[in-house]
Amino acid sequence: MRCRDIVRELADYLDEALDPTLRASIEEHLCKCEDCRIVVDTTKQTIDIFCNSEPAPLPQTTRQRLHEALAKRLRRARPGASPQA
Amino acid sequence: MEKSPVNSPKLNPVQHHTLPSQVVKADEPELVAAAKSGDISAFDTLVNRYERKIFRLTQNITQNREDAEDAMQEAFLKAYEHLDNFEGNSRFYTWLVRIAVNQALMKLRRRRPNVVSLDEEIDTGEDTMPREIEDWGPSPSDRYEQTEMGDILSKAIGDLDPSFRIVFQLRDIEQLSTEETAEALGLSVPAVKSRLLRARLKLRQRLNPYFRRGANS
Repeated sequence: MRCRDIVRELADYLDEALDPTLRASIEEHLCKCEDCRIVVDTTKQTIDIFCNSEPAPLPQTTRQRLHEALAKRLRRARPGASPQA
Repeated sequence: MEKSPVNSPKLNPVQHHTLPSQVVKADEPELVAAAKSGDISAFDTLVNRYERKIFRLTQNITQNREDAEDAMQEAFLKAYEHLDNFEGNSRFYTWLVRIAVNQALMKLRRRRPNVVSLDEEIDTGEDTMPREIEDWGPSPSDRYEQTEMGDILSKAIGDLDPSFRIVFQLRDIEQLSTEETAEALGLSVPAVKSRLLRARLKLRQRLNPYFRRGANS
C-alpha cells in the first residue's frame, strides 16, 4: 500500500465503509507513515470541526421576516388549520 | 512520503462521525403528526428547531444572503403545504433538507446559470495528494472564539466549487448518508464519494493555516 492509495481510500476509511482487509492494510501503513497519519488525522478533524459547529443565530430581521411570512401564508395554505401559533 | 517505522506509533481511533439521528429529537414524529392535523403551533416548533440549520444550509449553497433567506422561507412553506405527502419513511429533517436544497439550488442556478451543473463531470486531472502536511495538535478549534471560528469556516466552505461545497454540506454538515446525498442531488454514489473526498481535502488544506501547530499563538 502506497501513500497515494491511502488518499484514494481516505473518505471510505473515515466513514468506516471499507472491508476489514483493506482497512487493516491502511492501518498497517499508517503505523509506519507519519505523513499519512497526519493527513488522516487532520482530515478527520476538518470533518469534526464542521460537523460540530453550531449554526449562528438567525439575524433578527431575517427571523422576523420568516415568521411573518409563515404566519401569513400558513393559514392561507390550510384554511381549516387551528391558529394556535 | 513513507518513512521508516517509528516506535509505538499512536493511531488515533477513527470514529464514525455523528449520525443524523443526533439531530432528531424524540418528539419529532408527534410534532409532525400534530402539524399534519392542522396544528400550526406544532409546525412552528419545528421551524424554531431547524431555522438556524436550514439558513446555514441555504446560505452555504447560495452564498448570497437574500437568496438564502428566500430559499429558507420557501422551504418551510413548501414543507408545510406538502406535509400530507410526507409519509415518515425518512426523518422529517432529512425531508426538509431536501426541500431546502432544491430551493437553494434553484436560486443559485438562476443567479449563476453557467456555474452550477451538479451532474457534470468534474475534472479529475488535479492531483489530490495533500501538499501541506503539518500536525494540528489537539482541539485546534479551541484556539478561536466562536464568532471568529464561524467566519473561518464560512470562508473556507464558501471558497469551494459549488459541486464540492454542496456534497460536503449535505454529507458532513447535515449528516445525510452517501446514498441520501446522491439521491437528493441526482448524482451517482461514486460521484458523491469522489466529490466528498476532494471537498474534505480542500477544506483540510484551507483550514491548515489556522489550525497547524503554532498558528494563532
